[in-house]
Amino acid sequence: MTSLMLALAITASQILLGLAMACAAFRMLRGPRAQDRVLGLDTLYLTAMLLLLTYGIQTGRTLYFEAALVIALLGFVGTVALGKFLMRGEVIE
Amino acid sequence: MIQAPDLPTWAAIIIALLVLGGSILTLVGALGLIRLPTFYARVHATTLGATAGMAAILLASMLCFSVLQTRPVVHEILIALFVTLTTPVTLILLARAAIYRDRSENAAQVPDAQGAKAEG
Amino acid sequence: MKRFVPFPLLALALFAMWILLTGFSPGHVLLGALVALIVSRSMLSLQVEPPRVRIGWAVVRLSGIVLADIVRSNIAVAKIILVNPPDRHSDFIELPTQLRSPYALAVLALIITATPGSLWVQHDANRHVILIHVLDLVDEAEWTELIRDRYERLLMEIFE
Repeated sequence: MTSLMLALAITASQILLGLAMACAAFRMLRGPRAQDRVLGLDTLYLTAMLLLLTYGIQTGRTLYFEAALVIALLGFVGTVALGKFLMRGEVIE
Repeated sequence: MIQAPDLPTWAAIIIALLVLGGSILTLVGALGLIRLPTFYARVHATTLGATAGMAAILLASMLCFSVLQTRPVVHEILIALFVTLTTPVTLILLARAAIYRDRSENAAQVPDAQGAKAEG
Repeated sequence: MKRFVPFPLLALALFAMWILLTGFSPGHVLLGALVALIVSRSMLSLQVEPPRVRIGWAVVRLSGIVLADIVRSNIAVAKIILVNPPDRHSDFIELPTQLRSPYALAVLALIITATPGSLWVQHDANRHVILIHVLDLVDEAEWTELIRDRYERLLMEIFE
């Protein structure tokens, strides 16, 4: 009984996180300016990381945790590079 | 895709509440990304999922694996540390890039640099 | 000791991270200690000024205050997004600051940005003024007071 309730709660939260990713993707595709798109991408990868963590809880496997860590690190580097590009027009000076 | 680990009732209830609360907060933050009118206002919305949403889901994950393996699991603290340290840095950088672009186009509602070169 | 491990806090953090990611075994303890020593020594070639951090009661109090503020402003910003009050006024404000240490300023920037509702934009090193963007601006003087009394005093205790 409690297992079913937990399963429903986790599935519901996965749907909510999926909706959040759709909102972020909307902002990324719509713009209107380049910084809005980068902000959308930033939110998108953060939400994807949270979604992976809920999969980890659901299956009880630690594999998803490692994937979430990698997304968090690579997403940070990517957004910093994009932010720098917006400011100077080049990534490595 | 409906499945869940076998947990004692108290842990299942706490985990369900944490996961639901965290994802609702993240969704509200992402909604703000659509609803708020200007770029500088939208930056505030992203922090919602990156602080409270992240903390709630990581706490749930910590609790879940601690109960399953019957020993405290602290790996999630690493993700929490990375995210809390890196998200503000990316947001500050984005805000600086945005204000730089707005100033170079002489946009309204943006304060000017007041002569001195700023250091962030 | 100081010559052997120039940045003890950094070395300790690297070592703890290595153990957390790989698992606890004698081999990894040795490897992690080696990595921590070599990587923290490589910071020497960057010639950073080692921070003077006083770890004490002030650190605990600051973390508590920041946690409480993050929870409170999360609720406030969520309310603003859902209700979208028409009289909401968001704007940039300039605040004078007494902090001089770059480490204290960096921590203040992280705190202000991590709290939903306020965003650090830039710091003017010549005039000692910081520019922040506030989502729901009611009273400018209130923000000046809040930053000075809540964060700056504790940050000065820790870093200066």
